[in-house]
Amino acid sequence: MTHSRHYLVAIHVAAVVMAVVILLPFAWLIISSVSPATDLVSSHIHWWPAHPTLSRYQAIFTSSVGGGDNVAANFRLAMVNSLIVAGATTAISVVVGALGGYAFARLRFRLRRTSLFAFLAVYMLPPIALVIPLYLALANLHLLDTKTGLVLTYCSIVTPFCLWTMSNYYLSLPPDLEDAARVDGCTRLGALMRVVLPLARPGLLTTAMFGFLLAWDEFLYALIFTSTSNAKTIPVAIAEFTGKYSSDFGLIAAGGVLAAVPPVLLALAFQRFIVGGLTSGAVKG
Amino acid sequence: MSSAPAQTAPAKKARRRLRVGGKGEARFAFMLLLPAALVVFGVVLYPVARTFVVSLFNVDSPLPGSYPFVGISNYTRVFHDPSFYAVVGHTFYFTLVSTGAELVLGIAVALLLNAPLRARWFWRSLVVLPWALPTIVNGALWRWIYNGQYGALNGLLAVLHVSSTPQQWLGSPFLALNMVIVADVWKNTSIVVFFILAGLQTISPDLYEAARIDGAGAWAAFRKLTLPLLAPSIAVVLVLRTIEAFKVFDIIYVMTGGGPASGTQTVAFYTYLQAFSNQLFGYGAALAYLIVLSVFALAMVYLRILRQGQMAGVQ
Amino acid sequence: MEPNAATQPSDRVGPTPTRRAVLATGGGLGMAMFLAACGVGGGGSAGGGAGSGKGSIRVLVMKQAGYSEDDIRKMTSSFQGANPDITVTLDLVAYEALHDKTVAAAPAGTYDVVLIDVIWPAEFGTKRIVADVSSKWPASWKQQMLGGAVATPQYASHFYGVPWILDTKYLFFNTAHLAKAKVDPAQMDTWDGVLSAARTLKASGVTKYPLVWSWQQAEALICDYATLLGAFGGKFLDAAGKPAFNQGGGVQALEFMHQSIVDGVSNPTSTQSLEEDVRRVFSAGQASMALNWTYMYGMANDPKQSQVSGHVEIGQTPSGPGGRPGVNGSMALAVSANSQKQAAAWKYVTYLTSQPVQDKYAVSSLPVWKSSYEDPAVIKTNPAVVAQAKKQLADLILRPQVKNYNAISQVLQTEIQNALLGKKAAQQALNDAADRASTLLVS
Repeated sequence: MTHSRHYLVAIHVAAVVMAVVILLPFAWLIISSVSPATDLVSSHIHWWPAHPTLSRYQAIFTSSVGGGDNVAANFRLAMVNSLIVAGATTAISVVVGALGGYAFARLRFRLRRTSLFAFLAVYMLPPIALVIPLYLALANLHLLDTKTGLVLTYCSIVTPFCLWTMSNYYLSLPPDLEDAARVDGCTRLGALMRVVLPLARPGLLTTAMFGFLLAWDEFLYALIFTSTSNAKTIPVAIAEFTGKYSSDFGLIAAGGVLAAVPPVLLALAFQRFIVGGLTSGAVKG
Repeated sequence: MSSAPAQTAPAKKARRRLRVGGKGEARFAFMLLLPAALVVFGVVLYPVARTFVVSLFNVDSPLPGSYPFVGISNYTRVFHDPSFYAVVGHTFYFTLVSTGAELVLGIAVALLLNAPLRARWFWRSLVVLPWALPTIVNGALWRWIYNGQYGALNGLLAVLHVSSTPQQWLGSPFLALNMVIVADVWKNTSIVVFFILAGLQTISPDLYEAARIDGAGAWAAFRKLTLPLLAPSIAVVLVLRTIEAFKVFDIIYVMTGGGPASGTQTVAFYTYLQAFSNQLFGYGAALAYLIVLSVFALAMVYLRILRQGQMAGVQ
Repeated sequence: MEPNAATQPSDRVGPTPTRRAVLATGGGLGMAMFLAACGVGGGGSAGGGAGSGKGSIRVLVMKQAGYSEDDIRKMTSSFQGANPDITVTLDLVAYEALHDKTVAAAPAGTYDVVLIDVIWPAEFGTKRIVADVSSKWPASWKQQMLGGAVATPQYASHFYGVPWILDTKYLFFNTAHLAKAKVDPAQMDTWDGVLSAARTLKASGVTKYPLVWSWQQAEALICDYATLLGAFGGKFLDAAGKPAFNQGGGVQALEFMHQSIVDGVSNPTSTQSLEEDVRRVFSAGQASMALNWTYMYGMANDPKQSQVSGHVEIGQTPSGPGGRPGVNGSMALAVSANSQKQAAAWKYVTYLTSQPVQDKYAVSSLPVWKSSYEDPAVIKTNPAVVAQAKKQLADLILRPQVKNYNAISQVLQTEIQNALLGKKAAQQALNDAADRASTLLVS
């Protein structure tokens, strides 16, 4: 399909505008992370510091852990914790959600509506409502300040989300292929595994991306349930950069830049699959 | 699925036969849902039930003890709470504006990313960036940008000669709420873009070709072809973003702490204040369940309006 | 719409959940909930025990404030050296998390020792989160500790902890700015003097906004308000325990605050600033005078992070018609009411708050003991600060010690902000706050 020159120019201009809007705050984040503390608070804006410094990144990567007011070193550990917790949560929730979502989308059974509402209600509850009884439950299971405890907690939030988005994604796929497979003698489970799931890859990956974000970003539960670098995640570590008595936005910015890297890499790796080509016969029309 | 084209009669009959729920179907559903039920309710069922029970009592301490039973008066208490109406107002405003903005911008950007741009991978990668930034950092970043003394926004406006007097962006209640919305929309539009983009992938370009041949202009094609086919994705996005907007806590905690003059207190933040800062656990629990009910009601409204009743088992 | 095929008779047998089974489970759950409700609350066990005085204890304290993390760890290891049969695990969290974690952990009894702010003994004491240690308090302490320290862990004449970190807000001013505008530093002694100095500084162009404050909607706002309320002779609550801040000094304080913004001598960003923002603005030379906690002295005089180092003076809170009390911003170490090892916990608390330990780390946080301020070694750690602290710490004003202080503080914060932002007149705002506070106080 050929497009007019006007059209091509227009969309590229629009793309540039979009890029500027996205990148400006990000650029400020990076600039702040390398600006000395005094620059950050001077009366005129220093768009680029006279003496940029990588000292904060250095502190995060090279300072030694253990004792001391070493928030920077603890940040390294927090990144690892976050990756493990978010990764495990996403893996479990997507698998469980992909299976359960199929039930909601394609199968008829009693309590279908009730169970879906029950799952969604858990997702709709603000985390604050469950903090204390959940704390107690985790304490009794000796899962406080552990990554496992966090994973279990986050799964309870992310799974309903995965269930619902996958269920809606399945609904958007035409049932012809599965029906064809079943008519050919495939079992329901087989049809699910061999026909539907491969088709649902874009939906699976979008769900996984958003699920990962939910776990990566979560603050309140992490704050209350973790105390040491055994399980502290990035949001808690960053919140500790600012105290009542000391705060350096540059350090928060450095932490933020580093914290953004893993999700970006993951998304880059998977974006091909999300928006990759159309499998033949699977599309509407 | 209401837009699926007509099918042949034998195919329809075959489908109905397969559709008939039987013993096997219900058992299969049970098996598929069991892992989810274990994962979700395994840890959370007791806390959810306990919180509901707490909402029926006048509990003002985290410790066990005997507390007076008050039935639903914790729920009706919101009507006597003078601060609550403002809080509800802020929440609805925040939800409607931020969700609306994210949807409009999200669709626009998704269409853009679906268009024949050069180096599409580059533009698509850019869109991921705001999503990747933790909300805590996002809040701190925008608070820093909005700072009235040395914030970048004032600096930028000065450089562009738009305004040389520094504005107090977080200094007045309504303005602060809108600035928080800007920060929230900047970050969360990315995920909307990806949902809509995934939805756009299921629309075959042949349809556009057919529409073009029929003489439809770009806007008409969008309105009559794209939007209806996107309706499922839009519905999902609307419901999810609405749920998140009602639950929004982190960004307010970091950016404004609920101020100025309680102007950015939304309902989840208010619940936090009541349940934790004031240790009114019964009231806080009731507020939490009221949030669930409200979100539910809103979600049902969306789904009916978009005629996506099939979702959420409404039909 | 497809016929709902799930109503076939064949569905009622087999492993699928039948309606009856569902109702039975639901009923069972309901019964369980009802039974649970008899002991409703957070769950867990209530009541602690003294324990044997040995074992391992877990302590919740604050990061990056007063004593540094290093200091606390050193204190703890020397305690463990002196008490080999007690092991201590430290949890350090940000100040904002301190309250929430204490509340969340209370039913689980995770912590044996917690650090509490001066505004929490009423709340935590009445809710049995921290133990009443009045019987353990030696009478001698009441004379040997500074008055403000003794008041910190008290509620209704009971003691709920031992004071550890003593702090108040002082007036900091930039001597270079004052010299340039030809303002006599002696003016810093009264609020009138400060105000007129600010006007001179502004008129002479030395600083655009000479005063900067921490007036964001947070507890910091009430701290500043308390200082001014005390200076103008106001009271938070009258003798009968009813709100009195909407009369006399309380109103004058708020009018002073609002007027200073209107006159342009207070930085308009003050209403979105916390203590750290005040420090940054002051350290960048963009303010000439500010109220802040002790910690700012060291940081504002540190050439690595301040552009005004060497020009910073610390002074007592200026005096007004009602005196010059500083706001009591102290913190105390408390024993968890749910702890099973209260004896060991008490040993730890008394060690950390003892005079030798406090004197040793006086450079980080000033001691609670009166005689320490005469000790040359302590004075040497920070002569300028100690000189002022001696005077200020003897005269501190407390925020209302009532069990729902947090709720009242929230109301006050909102209304004071309303007045500062010009949405309501000061008297009106305080009247509204007093109305809400009265309802809260009796609830």
